[in-house]
Amino acid sequence: MTMSNYRIHPTNGLEFGIYTLGDHLMDPETGTRLSAKERLNQIIELAKLADEAGLDFFSVGESHQDFFVTQAHTVVLSAIAQVTNNIKLGSSATILSTSDPVRVYEDFATIDLLSDGRAEIIAGRASRVGLFDLLGYDLHDYEGLFEEKFALLNKINQEAYVTWKGDYRKELNNAHVLPRAEEPLPIWRAVGGTRSSAIKAGRMGVPMHLAMLGGPVSTFQSVIDAYRESLNQSGFDSRHFPVGTAGFFHVAETTQQAQKDMYPYINEGMKRTNGQGFPKQAFALGKDKHNVMNIGSVDEVTEKILYQHDVFKHQRYIGQMDFGGVPFKQLMRNIEYLGEKIIPKVKKYTRIQEEL
Amino acid sequence: MHVVILSGSTVGSKTKTAMLAVEKVLQQRKDLTIELIDLKDYDLVFSDGRHYLDYTGDTKIVTEKLMQADILMIGTPIFQASIPGTLKNVFDLLPTKALEKKVVGLVVTAGSAKHYLVIEQQLKPILSYMKAVVSSNYVFIEEQDFHLKSIVNDDVHFRIQTLVEDTLLLKEAYDEMWKKKEDQYDF
Repeated sequence: MTMSNYRIHPTNGLEFGIYTLGDHLMDPETGTRLSAKERLNQIIELAKLADEAGLDFFSVGESHQDFFVTQAHTVVLSAIAQVTNNIKLGSSATILSTSDPVRVYEDFATIDLLSDGRAEIIAGRASRVGLFDLLGYDLHDYEGLFEEKFALLNKINQEAYVTWKGDYRKELNNAHVLPRAEEPLPIWRAVGGTRSSAIKAGRMGVPMHLAMLGGPVSTFQSVIDAYRESLNQSGFDSRHFPVGTAGFFHVAETTQQAQKDMYPYINEGMKRTNGQGFPKQAFALGKDKHNVMNIGSVDEVTEKILYQHDVFKHQRYIGQMDFGGVPFKQLMRNIEYLGEKIIPKVKKYTRIQEEL
Repeated sequence: MHVVILSGSTVGSKTKTAMLAVEKVLQQRKDLTIELIDLKDYDLVFSDGRHYLDYTGDTKIVTEKLMQADILMIGTPIFQASIPGTLKNVFDLLPTKALEKKVVGLVVTAGSAKHYLVIEQQLKPILSYMKAVVSSNYVFIEEQDFHLKSIVNDDVHFRIQTLVEDTLLLKEAYDEMWKKKEDQYDF
């Protein structure tokens, strides 16, 4: 296995993507909220713009709670596949613990075929657990469910005929899982930011996508180091496994303006979805070069992304720019900045001459 | 300003009696909204680690009420040289930074003066970890200060009065400080 097995080519430089959690929140500035239909169409439109601007990746999250709209994230991705041409499509994240891996593979293999080989899965355990009741699973099986289903999903991804036995679903006897993607799908493990979760990803020998809402670059560096160390200790070669990072993204003319633009959305959005806002003091620290939050002027954010690449040596960064009801105009401007200014520079400095 | 009074025990009546005395003092201030939560009236589940908004029933009601507080007055008995499990469970149900920007005043009931330092050594570290600002003096009430369901030691009333005043003032002072801090930012 090398990075190309995960459709990652370091000679193309750091991959740049956008992710949405599929939140459906009121714009705190205007006090209005889009209808579910409008918000879904907005997400599809955002993906289309990202594709046109030359971004590498777009992903949609699965959250089964109030203030979200993309519970059926594979259906949304399928619609996106139809209106885009080159951009890779993934989930951020697919909650595997409460889904059947056979169905997850079927869905994503279908999207992969419909999109000409652009589908990927980022599988997570769920940070919120209301969906266990909703979908009929027992929260006491939180860890076991994920580990077992993740292993099965990887097996299905490699083998068209699956014989398998586990604790949480009926056994499979030479079951033919169809349709088949033309190449195995890239399947990443979503890691929320803790070392222990990163170490698990390393032990399993799977690529890691790391969420980082805010905090020092050095903290996340130690998580990535732990992941790579865990890979090497488990008999894998960490040089063959891509690392993705994910976090808040917003650019404007000046850093001051960018912070002003974004703070109300993040703060009010967090209050709604998480019960507590984002402290101003912590948000203010976000502009420091050594903080992972990519909110600032075009130049500063470009520098930050390059700095993070120097430290993390990661293969993909995905930004969350639409959280909390951000107006579409603002998103469009951000995509323009990305396509015209940020990505060309980031690619130029992060291309690796030869693949391992 | 919203004050939540939490009577943290499902055993006996002394903590509730003390917290009713706290409520009475608070009621003299007309600028406050006050809510008393007596854990005896609620059927809480043990924490299983989920986000507090994902609980249902009484557990969701109590955690949400606590999260909405600006000031928390917590009453606790001391059992087996410890805060009771019911109160610890409440903390376990909440996020790690649940008490950020909340000011907390403490009232303790105990069968013995030997329990005096339990609050210093056990409850205060929990509250600090959860980012609360804790009023430094607490009211420690012994069994002999109660008769039936009333407080018979005048000094306890004075100390409760002082605790409420101090806690409200502390909240005002911190609000001033936090505002000053936030005013530095232009977003």
